[in-house]
Amino acid sequence: MTNDPTQTITRIAEIIINALQLEDVTPQTFDPDLDLVDEVGIDSMDLATIALVLRDEYGIRIDEDDYPKLTTVRIIAEYINTKLTSGE
Amino acid sequence: MKTVSSLLDAHWYERYKNIAKLNIRSSIYDVTDRCNLRCKGCFFFSSGEHEAAAEEKDVSKWHAFVEKEMARGVNLAILIGGEPTLCLDRIEAFYKRLPTFCATNGLIKVPRERFPDMMVGISLWGEAEDEITLRGKDTFKISSANYAGDPHAYYLYTITPKQLGKTEKIIKKIEGVGLKVHMQLLSNDEAVDGFSWTPEELVAVRAEMDAMLEAYPRTVISSKYYHKVITTGQMLGRPFGWMECPSVTDTIDKRVPQPKRLTNFIRWASDLQTVHRCCTSETRDCATCKDGAAHMSWVMVNKRAHMQSAEELQNWIEVYEMFAKLYQFIPW
Repeated sequence: MTNDPTQTITRIAEIIINALQLEDVTPQTFDPDLDLVDEVGIDSMDLATIALVLRDEYGIRIDEDDYPKLTTVRIIAEYINTKLTSGE
Repeated sequence: MKTVSSLLDAHWYERYKNIAKLNIRSSIYDVTDRCNLRCKGCFFFSSGEHEAAAEEKDVSKWHAFVEKEMARGVNLAILIGGEPTLCLDRIEAFYKRLPTFCATNGLIKVPRERFPDMMVGISLWGEAEDEITLRGKDTFKISSANYAGDPHAYYLYTITPKQLGKTEKIIKKIEGVGLKVHMQLLSNDEAVDGFSWTPEELVAVRAEMDAMLEAYPRTVISSKYYHKVITTGQMLGRPFGWMECPSVTDTIDKRVPQPKRLTNFIRWASDLQTVHRCCTSETRDCATCKDGAAHMSWVMVNKRAHMQSAEELQNWIEVYEMFAKLYQFIPW
């Protein structure tokens, strides 16, 4: 598992694209600063689904209370890297 | 990729942003097994839910229970029956901690010095004649006297087939006492003769609901898309039913595939331990269920499915706004 931020961003984008079955976008073209609620239209159930995949992928637990803070792919990547670094 | 702002103009995008992050997490609570009415067609009694559990009488346990519900993430308590206003101490356990909605028949006035801004939804089943047939008395006379002009109350008008062509009279009566109204449809759980919907009647009532919304936009809290979904039982070409319902109790929901649903939703019985199947009657056929809250929630949890066109997303926004108004997350 890598902590490289760019790779993490690309992988998270891929997970979101697959989970939401987004069309006309690739992990490489997904804007990491796009607001996932205001622009992509995800809701808390989508986030819960994505959180499960991220948990399995990175071995971290994403608290439900943290969902509102996870507004972009970049923020999710930073959140994951912080958790991995701190060993939470 | 279709984004929200690529589908909406500035006006609609602003409306979207006002609701998009509300993250409403509701659950429903039977406050008591008792009622001061016995209405024909009330699912609580017709399906035997009033006998499902012995109600918890120790109010301290209600306070502790609400704390646990908040820890579970609930941020909207929807209180239903029996008749919640028979147990004001239990209502207070919720109201002190959470945004709280109380459904009532309006015969008992919620004391506003104790519950100043609690949203109250007053049930109404039609004109005096229908009210007497189905509920044993004309409740409007009493409930309108109790709540006239109350900014935190509205009527939940259950339209029956007998009401076709007469809804305007009811809407005017409600407007006349300075209250708002939300319309829903009777599911006729007890098969009262003449109160089940035919396909033709559902077409007619949809047109009538649309007309009422157009004629009384300040009084009627609704949306045409909601009218379409509840009268046709269809959303985006999908039929409503068990495999689509969003308001099945989370702890017993073993459906595969799992449909989009209300996060962590539970409907609790008044013993604070037993759960009911869903937000409405356990014995009702889901394919013919006309529950208003279930249908609006069905739309709300399927946001991304409504992102295929601007019109569909606008429909979604209007339904979400309607829900948010009815539960005081945004102003009227």
